Amino acid sequence: MKYMLMMNTMRTGRGVPEWPKKDLQAHIAFMIALNQELHERGELVSAEGLSFPDQARLVRAGKDGTPMTDGVFPESKEFLAGFWIIDVESPERAYVIGARISAAPGPGGSPLNIPIEVRPVMSGPPPEMLQ
Amino acid sequence: MTKPWDTASEHLLRELAPQVLGAVTRRFRDFASAEDAVQEAMIAAFTHWQGEGVPENPRGWLIQVACRRMTDQLRSAIARRERETAVAREAETMAPTIDLESDMDPDDTLILLFMCCHPALTSSSAIALTLRAVGGLTTAEIANAFLVPEATMAQRISRAKQSIKASAIPFHLPSPPERAERLPAVLHVLYLIFSEGYAASIGPQLQRLDLAGEAIRLTRGMKNLLPDDPEVAGLLALMLLTHARRRARTGADEELIPLDKQNRTLWDRAEISEGIELLTGALAKGAVGLYQLQAAIAAVHDEAARAADTDWRQILALYELLKRVSPGPMVMLNHAIAAAMVEGPAKGVELLRALDSDSRLAGHYRLDAVRAHFLEMLGDYENAIKHYRIAAARTTSIPERNYLMTQAARLAESGKSYSDPRATARSAERP
Repeated sequence: MKYMLMMNTMRTGRGVPEWPKKDLQAHIAFMIALNQELHERGELVSAEGLSFPDQARLVRAGKDGTPMTDGVFPESKEFLAGFWIIDVESPERAYVIGARISAAPGPGGSPLNIPIEVRPVMSGPPPEMLQ
Repeated sequence: MTKPWDTASEHLLRELAPQVLGAVTRRFRDFASAEDAVQEAMIAAFTHWQGEGVPENPRGWLIQVACRRMTDQLRSAIARRERETAVAREAETMAPTIDLESDMDPDDTLILLFMCCHPALTSSSAIALTLRAVGGLTTAEIANAFLVPEATMAQRISRAKQSIKASAIPFHLPSPPERAERLPAVLHVLYLIFSEGYAASIGPQLQRLDLAGEAIRLTRGMKNLLPDDPEVAGLLALMLLTHARRRARTGADEELIPLDKQNRTLWDRAEISEGIELLTGALAKGAVGLYQLQAAIAAVHDEAARAADTDWRQILALYELLKRVSPGPMVMLNHAIAAAMVEGPAKGVELLRALDSDSRLAGHYRLDAVRAHFLEMLGDYENAIKHYRIAAARTTSIPERNYLMTQAARLAESGKSYSDPRATARSAERP
């Protein structure tokens, strides 16, 4: 079963770019090691980090379907910082990985405990059989 | 003398994979490395044979190439050790070139199946390893079937082999009592490969491996090795009797078509006949099990020319037996459906009430989907719509979600919603 794990970061407070170098490096090393571990376990489908929200554009179809882009959206309090798609044996395993990501080291090395949204990825039709 | 490459050569290559792996493993006593070497030999064969034709002795060719890889590997491992320890070692550990074909054992494929479907492995590892070591598929093909990167699938296979090594699972056929104990695990892995063939069929369809067909091929091979086991035959029958309906199962837009709405002329008659024949032979042995019963239920459906002709009494009786053999939540749910078809939807609703407290079914979409269906039959459209929508929100299958949402929309638009006084009156009449 595949799951998407989404890491939402709060816009308020001290952002990652302002962290001390040591904490920043610890955070990056944690993410690299985690991805490596998920890969070695044969569970990683993909992992992507997203740009900071200043690169985000809202697109709507304008006249004749032409793209109308809008700048960033100051009203949203949090933004998607990155996501993982994993293929695991059980939802419990997906939650364990989610909790690991949530506890990624933050400033001063203490766990961030950021919320990780875990959503099943939809699959094809279920078998007609029973088990 | 070579033969030109054709589709039969590809089948041959895949049939030979477990036999070659058996011979190489027995010779070098290292399953994990032998499995890698055979995989390389298979890929080499695939390229060479297409260009230069299939050699006269394809098995010998594969064994030779795989053994050469093993020897190269051993040699470099020894060289590494020599460099590390600075102690010269004799190359006597090297495999002498002997006729490895004499190392072949007809039971090798069976040994490999028991090994790859060992209960020490997680089911996803067992599935991946079985497809590669016994099915002769490449890592890329398996990765593609499960829509994961090839590197991820390679890791899954390598971890599975590490587990086999760590658990010290020996390379020999389990003793008869042990075999009887472990057979269900093997059949379950084959069953999972088959059902994955349905569940994974989302995403790009082109060039995707037909996992259901592959599961049938592997189970057929197992049936040839254990011709007297009724459950092996039962599983093969179940697969064939289900696979027979595949063309009728989805519509032009990939939408799910339930059994009672399928165009039965699209069902594969040859697969149905073969399934029924296998099942009849298995049932005659008098050791009824999980797969034979499921196959028998599938056969009753397949034998009905129209949905209305379905012998639900017989299906209900089979579910009563199945409940005793395997009282799983899905069996209980399907039993309720059969009971509702025989005794009316009110009976179905009553049986579902008992299942509400089953923690294994709590929050499962099928419970709501079945309840919605019963409520619709009872004329309680308001609640039917409600439960179709709950089920739609809970399923993780896109075609199933589309189907359930469409059911709710159909009922809501048919004017038979709660505002229709006739519908309310009808539902009040039949509690």
